Amino acid sequence: MKSSASVSASLASRAVRSGALLGIGAVAAVDEIIFHQLLAWHHFYDGSTGTIGILTDGLLHAGELIALALGSVGLWRLRDAGSLSKRHAWSGFFLGAGGFQLFDGLIVHKVLKFHQIRYVDNLLPYDLAWNGAALCLLWVGLYLTKPLTPRNPA
Amino acid sequence: MNVNAHEHWAMTGEVEIAVQVLLLLAALGYSITARRLRRSGQGWAGWQDVSFWWGIGLLAYANLPATMAWAHRDIEGHMVQHLLVGMYAPIFLVLGAPVLLLLKAMPVRRARVLVRLLSVPFIRWLSHPIVAMTLNIGGMFVLYLTPLFARTMANPLAHGLVHLHFLLAGFLFTWAIVGREPLPHRPSVQTRAFVLFLSAAAHAFLGKYLYAQGLPSHTAFSDEALRAAAKTMYYWGDLSELILALILFATAPAVRRGQRPSTPFSISRRKNVS
Repeated sequence: MKSSASVSASLASRAVRSGALLGIGAVAAVDEIIFHQLLAWHHFYDGSTGTIGILTDGLLHAGELIALALGSVGLWRLRDAGSLSKRHAWSGFFLGAGGFQLFDGLIVHKVLKFHQIRYVDNLLPYDLAWNGAALCLLWVGLYLTKPLTPRNPA
Repeated sequence: MNVNAHEHWAMTGEVEIAVQVLLLLAALGYSITARRLRRSGQGWAGWQDVSFWWGIGLLAYANLPATMAWAHRDIEGHMVQHLLVGMYAPIFLVLGAPVLLLLKAMPVRRARVLVRLLSVPFIRWLSHPIVAMTLNIGGMFVLYLTPLFARTMANPLAHGLVHLHFLLAGFLFTWAIVGREPLPHRPSVQTRAFVLFLSAAAHAFLGKYLYAQGLPSHTAFSDEALRAAAKTMYYWGDLSELILALILFATAPAVRRGQRPSTPFSISRRKNVS
């Protein structure tokens, strides 16, 4: 009994981890596609950061790429083995997405100051919406980690 | 660009035809060998043939006179050519595993000689992911950050050599990261993933740096054209690295920490000696 419970717990944590990696990659991709390419609110390169800025950006970007691939393959393998807990995978996805969004909103925008969300006089609403969205995503992720029904003794 | 250079350009037709013939011969050689292998009862999955032909097809497209002219006229065309030759064609060629095919089709004794040849120190050093990455990405840094690029636009021979370098270095790098040949001393999946990470970072850096600085220098291209080319390099290069990462992780044997992955038929000289 105990061993099967720990096996399913490790499968669940694998699903959460893979989902989180995919969530990180997805948010990064959405940022690049919607905000850089479609809206062009903030740029591919803002000119305000130096060579070190572009270098750090490149490292961050390469990390996203690896996360996206690792997460996809991880989930695909779990599914292939018939042991994918979708709820845990989604929970991980939202936790990863929200966590990265918050990291982007606080560290990348405010601490490292690579770029701002949009170049307007009053940035506050944008920052609030950005980080608020991050908190919502995190909340959904946390909500999904709760078991659906109270555990009943078998 | 002066008129003389253009005339030079038009006279390289024989070379282009020779390249196409060589590509066709390589693809035919591959298919004939694969067919022999299947008839002899050893399996060789058909998708590998398809992949290899795709790789050859992309190379053939990149070497068409029309593509060459586009690359000469517009730096965007050059980038597309570079991506096809150095990044996308190698992915398909390496998935076709031509060296593995050769190893399987050869008599065992000769296959051992080939494996021994592939594990001489120089080849082992050359095909280490770090060295392969340096040759591949390092070559791009040299080409785009020095006046070399401007010179290749005027000199067909230099241009051809640069593309040969892209192909060889791109193939070497792709092979070092996701090659399926059972070689002794192939670095772990973690090492290869880390090198791929560094390569993707270097590529992303170069793309943004070219964009920001309006490089390569000494060319007749407008700032807008240079920036469009840098963007193409950044996004399409990215996609090719994502594909590489997916292949790397998907084909990695699922091993627990501390266990060495086993290859289909690892040929280790030391074990054979006893």
